[in-house]
This record gives sequence, C-alpha cells and structure tokens, in this order.
Amino acid sequence: MEQAESLGRLRGQTLTGAARDERRSLKGPGSLRRHLRPTATGVMGLLMLFTLVVAALVAPLIAPYDPLAIDLQRTLVPPGRAHLLGTDHLGRDVLSRLLVGARVSLGAAGFTVVVVTTVGVVLGTVAGFYGGWTDEIIMRIVDTVLAFPSIILALVVVGLLGPGLRNLILGLTLVRWAGCARLVRSLVLSVREREFIRAAYSIGACNRRIIIRHVLPSILGPVVVMATLDLGNVLLSMSGLSFIGLGVQLPQPEWGAMVSYAQLHAQTAPWLAISPGLAIVAAVLSAHLLGDTLRDFLDPRYRDMVS
Amino acid sequence: MPRPGKLLIPSRRMRQYILRRLVSLLPVILGVSLITFGLMGVVPGDPAEIIASRGKDVEPTQAEIEAVREELGLDQPLLLQYARWLGRVVRGDLGMSLRTGQPVWHELTVRLPRTLELAAGGMIIGLLIALPVGILSAVWRDRFLDQVSRVLALLGASVPSFWLGTILILFFAVRLGWLPSMGRGGLRHFILPSCALGLGTSAVLMRLTRANLLEVLNEGFVRTARAKGLSEKAVVLRHALKPSLLPVVTVLGLQFGNLLGGALIIETVFAWPGLGMLVLRSILGRDFPVIQGFALFITLVFVLVNFVVDLVCRWLDPRVQYGV
Repeated sequence: MEQAESLGRLRGQTLTGAARDERRSLKGPGSLRRHLRPTATGVMGLLMLFTLVVAALVAPLIAPYDPLAIDLQRTLVPPGRAHLLGTDHLGRDVLSRLLVGARVSLGAAGFTVVVVTTVGVVLGTVAGFYGGWTDEIIMRIVDTVLAFPSIILALVVVGLLGPGLRNLILGLTLVRWAGCARLVRSLVLSVREREFIRAAYSIGACNRRIIIRHVLPSILGPVVVMATLDLGNVLLSMSGLSFIGLGVQLPQPEWGAMVSYAQLHAQTAPWLAISPGLAIVAAVLSAHLLGDTLRDFLDPRYRDMVS
Repeated sequence: MPRPGKLLIPSRRMRQYILRRLVSLLPVILGVSLITFGLMGVVPGDPAEIIASRGKDVEPTQAEIEAVREELGLDQPLLLQYARWLGRVVRGDLGMSLRTGQPVWHELTVRLPRTLELAAGGMIIGLLIALPVGILSAVWRDRFLDQVSRVLALLGASVPSFWLGTILILFFAVRLGWLPSMGRGGLRHFILPSCALGLGTSAVLMRLTRANLLEVLNEGFVRTARAKGLSEKAVVLRHALKPSLLPVVTVLGLQFGNLLGGALIIETVFAWPGLGMLVLRSILGRDFPVIQGFALFITLVFVLVNFVVDLVCRWLDPRVQYGV
C-alpha cells in the first residue's frame, strides 16, 4: 500500500510539469523531452536565484567601486569600460549600487517571507488543528485582512508608521500572513483526518507531538512552494513601495528606488532605469520559475490549494 | 434560454442572495473600520501634539496640546472614540486634511474617478491582449504562439508595472516622442499608463482563458457542434468561448484590487493626479486624516466591486449556486 502510493507519486513526478494539462496526451514513455522541460526551467530559476543571492552575499568584495562614493566629475557616464553600467547623477557606479542593492532587496524580501511564513504556519496550524473558537477568531481576522487589496493595506501601514525599511517589512508582513495562514489551515484540516494521525492518537501521542512530528512535516511541501512564489510577489510589492519612496531611505541603494531616481534623468541617461529594473525582473522571475516547478512536483492532492 | 429582458429582473432567489451577501459584508466592513481606526493608534507621536503644532513655528504649550486633545475627544475612552468616529464616518465626514484644510471626503471623491479610469484602462488593455492570445493559444495548442504566450505570461507576472511604465516613457515619449509622458488629458495620455498596468493583468488572464477554453473544447456540446459540420471558427467563437469566460470574469474581479494598487503606484510614474498622488503626498506630509480616510474609502470601493463581480458571475451562469 505504502509502496504503491510512493510509486504513484514517483510517476506523478515524471508526468507533471510546466505542461501539466498535457498529462492526458502523454501515453508512452516516448516524449522524454517534455518530461525534462519543467526541470530545465526549474533549474534555470534555481541557478538564477542562487547567482543573485551569492552576488548579494559577496557584493562588498566584488563591487568595483564604493556604492556610496560620490564623484561629481563623472556624473551620468554612459556604460563603458570604466563603469560597466554607467554612473548615476551623483557619479556613483551603477553596477556597485546594483550589487549592494541586491543585499537590501533580496535580504529584506527573504526576511519578510520567513516572518510571514512563520506567523502563517503557527496561526494556521493552531486554527486548523484545534478548531473551535480559536479557529473562528483567527479566521475572522484573516478574512478582514484579506478584504483589503494587499498592496494598498501595506501602503497605508507604511504611510502611518512612516517610510523606512523596517516599517516596510512590518507592513508587508501584516498584510501577507493572512493568505499563508489560510492555506496552512486548509492543509492541516485535510491532514488531520488522515489515518496516520489517527494511528498516532491511538498509540497515545499528545497534540504537540502530533503537530510537530506528523502534521507539520506532511504540509511542508506546499508551504515551501507557497513561500517561494511569495518571495517573487514580496519582491514586487517591496520594490514598488520603495519606488514611490516609502522603503529604503537615501543614500542606501535599493533596486526600486534606483528606478525612481533614474526617472528624473530619463532624457539624458536612459540606461540608468534599465539595469535595476532588469535586476528586479530577474529576481522575481527566478522565484516564480522555481516556485512553479516545485509546485508541479507536489502531491496532486495539495497542488490545487497552492494558487 | 430566457429572454434578455427577463434576466435583468432579479428572481426571488437572486434577491434573497443579494440581501444575504450584503448582510455578510457588514462584519467585514466593520472589521475594516476597526483596523483603520486601530491603525491610528500605532502612529508614532501624540496626535494632539502634532495637530497643535500645525502651522506654527514655536512649540505648542502643554495647555494648547490639552485643549486640542479635549476638542478632538482624544482624552476619552478608546471605545467611545471609535463609536464617535464611526458615527461621523457613516455620515461621510472623514475629517479635514491637515495639509489643505479641505474635507477629506471631498479630496477623495474628486480623485477617485481618475484612479478608477486608470485601473479600467489597464483592465481593457489586459483583456485586449489576453483574450485573442489566450484563444489562439488554445486553438493552436503547443504551437509557436502558445509557447510565446507561455513566456509572455511568465514575464508579465514578473515585470514590475512601475518599471514597465518608465521604460515605455523612455521609448515612446522620450525617444520617439509619439505619446505624452505625463499628466492627464485626452485619450493619448491614457495609452502608456494603461499599457504599463495592463500587461501584468493580461499575463494572468491569458493563460486562464487558454486553460478554460481547452477544458470546454473537450465537452460534449462541442463535439456535437463539430459533428454538425460547423467550421472550427464557429465552434470556438460561437459555442465554446462564452462558457469558458466565466472564470475569467471572476479572476478579473479579483485582479481589480491589484489593478487599483498598481494604479496608485503608476500614478507617480506618469504624474497622474489621482488617489495615489494624493496619498503619497499625505504620507510624506504626515497628513493622517487623509491616509485614514483613504484606507477606509478604497477598501469599501474594493469590497463593493467584488460584490458586483459576484452578481455578474451569477447572472452570466445560472448554474452557479446561490448558497453563501
């Protein structure tokens, strides 16, 4: 039984992919190319994300210039040998700012996702596992938070607390935990009724042990997928809010804010806007690619739950 | 098939449904008002002091601050403050802007249509791209266009709209000089911001249209239509398309919140004098009544739009259940 299930899951892995709806047309072992395609995009996403993270980590070592060093002799220099991506209106090297900005952008987004997921998993598990009035209260709060369009609520929270990276992270966390809690709750609800949980009960395991040893491990997959997809969306919201000046404050480099300063020099230095935007696209795209691929490897039972 | 005229009059069950939905909206709206009111509690600094020091060069005296506190009722219990605030809000009184001295309600209602028209523009552009591409990539499944649309959808979901807007300005306004880069005016001013907003939406809708159409094309009535000898074009456009659009409408409604949020940010790219510009200026100027009013106002708009979308869906497809 156990074996049959894992076999089925294995087969599910090879048959599904970016072309999930093509399952029906896959009858024989013939179309190997198709089987590999999702993995290829996944590997691409993983590699891109890995490269970006490593670049962010070693940014101070590989950045050719000091990202904060102002050189008014060399402002708005077009991309060339000395400055690969040119310089901005204060003569700062764009490539260096981009690399150091990666630490801020990726670091803040990653941190936000970790906090969001932790809060969501704790509250979602409590709501789903214990049910009753705890569930009722948590889910009413979730419904209310989800009634706000997420970016607008974040905008308002940051607006009231005042601009800055810390408040931006706080605002996005306040908005995003609800979606995660809802997903985790529904996952826990479906796991709770499974046989192995009943078996654990029957041998006298306590609630805490069941949650930690049985419930959480079995919902880990979908949660990781959701967190990966969330990383892309948090990056987008974060760069958007930084773009309008609510995130990282000057003179710290951040990708969204760099696009916004580039706008002021659109006439004379159009290259300024292009590289930070491409950096955002690359980061978001890699998170989406990786998340999509991971989702296709998921147990089909959970696949539709992770939107 | 009921006649169109008959469809417009809601049936008894429909009326009951509308009523029940409206009632179920109340707790959400109340919760939203609680959050917006509660948010004022987390504002750093003493609001009475902030208001008392408005428009003065010298620090306000303690007596002045207390006077403001008493005048605004800030010395009363929180619950009472909330009740009084809610009472005013229900009457459309959101207070005065600290910056301009204008009623917040007035500031918001003047700018709302401008933001809505931007969001609508994005929606239209999104549909104009998504529907044809989605339909064609379902019909020519796995062929070249389908692959292109797959890549487009991935990119569209990953490109930030504010950056796309900046790039569009660089190319079409600065380089080519074809379209205006900022401000609000005729149709020409609409094109760039709508495109910047619409691409992300089209990415979502494109794949959804394709997936739904493929599903409907597998159904029995499509086989019947084909068996009658209809051309493929007639089968797709006249039989399969309409039932496949229902989920698209639902998602379109959900996307509206994103479009609205995107419009707020896009406004600063194109200097569009809507709610986004207002709220950003209020945030930077610490104009709390406007921020608070904005939060409440925009959420109500959002909740109402979702409600209408729900009704439209039920009207489009009578099979959708009336249960809440």
